[in-house]
Amino acid sequence: MNAPVPGLKPTNYIGQDVPRQNAKRLLAGRGQFTDDLRLPRELHAAFVRSPHAHARIVSLNLDAARKAPGVFWCGNGQDMARAVSPWVATLTHFKGMKSAPQYAIALNRATWQGEAVAIITAQTRAQAEDAAQLVEVEYEPLPAVTDMETALDAATPVIHPDLGDNLAFTRGVDTGEVDAAFAGAHLVVEDTFRMGRHTGVCLEPRAITADFNPSEQQLNVTMGTQAPHMMRDIFAKHLDLPESNVRVMARDVGGSFGIKVHVYPDEMAIVGAAKLLGRPVRYLADRLESMTTDIHSRHHRVKGKIGVDKDGKIIAIEIDDLTGIGPYSVYPRTSAVEGNQVVNLTGGPYDFKHYRAELRVVFQNKTPTCQYRAVGHPIAVAVTEGLVDHAAQALGMDPAEFRRRNLIADDKYPFTSASGMKFESLSHHACLDKLLKLMDYEGLRAEQKALRAKGVQRGIGLAALIEVTNPSAAFYGVGGARISSQDGCTLRLEPTGWVTAITGVTEQGQGTEGIISQVVASAVGVPVEHVRVITGDTDVTPYGGGTWASRGAGIGGEAALQAGKALKANVLALAAAILNRDAAGLDLRAAQIVDTQTGETVLALAEAARIGQYRPDTLPRAFQPELTVSRQYGQRDYPFIFTNGIQASYVEVDPDTGFVKLLKHWMVEDCGTIINPALVDEQLRGGIVQGIGGALFEECLYDDTGQMLNATLADYLVPMAAEMPDMILGHVETPTKSSELGAKGAGEAGTAGAPAAIMNAINDALAPFKARVTEQPFTPERILRALGKV
Amino acid sequence: MTTEHIVNLTLNVNGESVSRAVEPRTHLIDFLRNDLGLTGSHTGCEHGVCGACTVLVDGEIVRGCLTLACQLQGAEVQTVEGLTESGAIADLQTAFHQRNALQCGYCTPGMLVCATALLNQKPHASREEIREYLSGNYCRCTGYEAIVDAIETTAKNRSAGKKLGAAANTTAKEAA
Repeated sequence: MNAPVPGLKPTNYIGQDVPRQNAKRLLAGRGQFTDDLRLPRELHAAFVRSPHAHARIVSLNLDAARKAPGVFWCGNGQDMARAVSPWVATLTHFKGMKSAPQYAIALNRATWQGEAVAIITAQTRAQAEDAAQLVEVEYEPLPAVTDMETALDAATPVIHPDLGDNLAFTRGVDTGEVDAAFAGAHLVVEDTFRMGRHTGVCLEPRAITADFNPSEQQLNVTMGTQAPHMMRDIFAKHLDLPESNVRVMARDVGGSFGIKVHVYPDEMAIVGAAKLLGRPVRYLADRLESMTTDIHSRHHRVKGKIGVDKDGKIIAIEIDDLTGIGPYSVYPRTSAVEGNQVVNLTGGPYDFKHYRAELRVVFQNKTPTCQYRAVGHPIAVAVTEGLVDHAAQALGMDPAEFRRRNLIADDKYPFTSASGMKFESLSHHACLDKLLKLMDYEGLRAEQKALRAKGVQRGIGLAALIEVTNPSAAFYGVGGARISSQDGCTLRLEPTGWVTAITGVTEQGQGTEGIISQVVASAVGVPVEHVRVITGDTDVTPYGGGTWASRGAGIGGEAALQAGKALKANVLALAAAILNRDAAGLDLRAAQIVDTQTGETVLALAEAARIGQYRPDTLPRAFQPELTVSRQYGQRDYPFIFTNGIQASYVEVDPDTGFVKLLKHWMVEDCGTIINPALVDEQLRGGIVQGIGGALFEECLYDDTGQMLNATLADYLVPMAAEMPDMILGHVETPTKSSELGAKGAGEAGTAGAPAAIMNAINDALAPFKARVTEQPFTPERILRALGKV
Repeated sequence: MTTEHIVNLTLNVNGESVSRAVEPRTHLIDFLRNDLGLTGSHTGCEHGVCGACTVLVDGEIVRGCLTLACQLQGAEVQTVEGLTESGAIADLQTAFHQRNALQCGYCTPGMLVCATALLNQKPHASREEIREYLSGNYCRCTGYEAIVDAIETTAKNRSAGKKLGAAANTTAKEAA
């Protein structure tokens, strides 16, 4: 598979399955995760956390903890406020949004179960945890706001009285004449969809080590983060340090999925403690802390309605989305984004005019929610595809045929969706056709029918999707967030002819380093093993946003491509100076400088590099070799470069037990230019399984008082190997013209569509029983309830 | 914790005899990571569910977070570091690398140790058996299919190697 990028041959690795270099150290147990780091004189931190969802801190006594063995320092909210200033997570492009000031450690009130109320530092983690148990806290429990449905009722207490009510953000979209469109529809169907609150469950918990040197006022932080430059800006601002005095490093990061791109108060407290103490402070969340303080997400109730004409054409869609986000909007991206995305993305794959959406984002006394892999997409796709299948069923139309009639035509781009999203170029129909062929749709339908006659209930579910990738400044920058939509790549030609690539995008296992090395090797013209990639260090890398919103390949990759082309041009200029001939007749291929006419090698790259670095005295006086180059790239043509895809799920439902067996899963996806097919496929597979988790297993369960009931990995179910299906994948490639590389993102499409595909497959299996489920996760109990059996 | 409770522990880790004074409450995973600097094995859930801390004790897989170090007087412990340096799992590691059967790599040492035990017990394990055996090892990144593929490939290569002679050893040397 060769990408249509000119000038990259013959050392072209674009489209090649090059195994990741950096995977070798991970396979050998030589990874360098944050908690593997040891610093001299380091202290270990533990937190005392509120057992109540909402409580006033009447008194907090640290005396006994201070006397415990190994304890160095303990602090409460007031102590920490001396080092870390509070923040309010709102952005100006979310009009009317509000949130309250949040402190690193609660001052006099805890607002969710798990909020830190004190910090202990000691010589070992065990000592810090021992001492934490000696802290005496007297709480006065306050009424907890737990049900988002009643959060705005007059009788419900207001969590932050200064804000007036529990409404964080609201937004409406109305294209006009929606009621008339529904009135004229041949058929209208409605559903209420519920998505379980769930969380990222990175296997590596959040981890941070902060070291402050008072003599230089220098703060060094090593942490599992997706966005080192964003964190540097925040540490500088809230610890009142010059930005240049803050260095943030991300070494190996054990999974992130959006969980590690937010500001966590306990991490701010670690950095604050390091500044207060002038010593390294280290913290690794345990699993209970992860379950109650990592951001949660996806907790939505969406009422949806679709109107279609007699031919099955969609006329109108309407949604009402209610979501609960915990007591604070999360800094700095805000907790309005997920709901906003639901409004933007619902109906996205389809060609229809009339759309109305209402969004309310409310505060509650539960763990704060924010962006987690595929932000809003799984909700919007489940709502859209659930309504679409429901309408098709009511019309007696095959769901594949219904989609064929409604998906935006492949030749109708650029296209603006009913919600106002601008699509550069998508390939819904090509993907649908490819999917149906890949899965032998007709054959599968025949098998389903035959088995149904034998009492075996199988279902097929389809889910078309769009995915936000390669975001411009429209995502955050326009709202005042100091989050870069650009990224850079610096290339340094070493005297051996090898290339060091330093990139602003970061690696959490997606293969960022791998794809950067492939792009650089291809653009410069060197073997891929001659490229070494450095990421995740604000003292070293070009300024950039990092890795989120499926931007690593599309944004970071384009910067690497442009830097590679520039370095190549400089190398050819150097070679021309050495050889005393015109650079126009030279090319760099496989680390050799060749004559473009004859293809013969005229100079080894290593020799040119040696002369360029060590013997400039032999070159013409007027010529200066430039062997370090840097290029930046930000996508400015569209707010987002959308991708598209479609998934299919094949399940078997046992109507006696309610158990769902996943038989197989398919996906066809279009992420533009594919740099490394294996890496794209594994992003899709891993993403699909995360989506399956939300559809079948994962839910943060709370009681009425705001106590999380299943905050362990024994109780909160995640997908494990035994239950997961094999996944068959296909691709369509529509490169984006917004960049020369043409790559779009691929990190979230799997998660975006899987829950909808599973839901539709289950409902297809349940159709003979006139039963239907729309509340995730689709547990055996919920399926049996739908069947009227419990 | 007073010094009278300290246990003088001697055991063999990755072929090397080590002696340390440990608190009775020290878990094997913390002993390996903090006392011996063997940071390849990780903590994930710290109550035996996720498998990130899986190591071999006297040839059997155990959870490092559920085992107390002081239980292991005289035991033989193997971690990913030891299995790597001996070359024992070089073919398995190569299969993981080629198939991209890891992303962030945090679960990978536990997966490799678990797969090692499986391949020793059931050299011809089917995909279903591999999935079942791995069902105590959590991976958030891959969706498991690539891991199952890599272990299946290794099983097939090893059985082919046995028939042919020394193909598995050759693979190990090449990978090393």
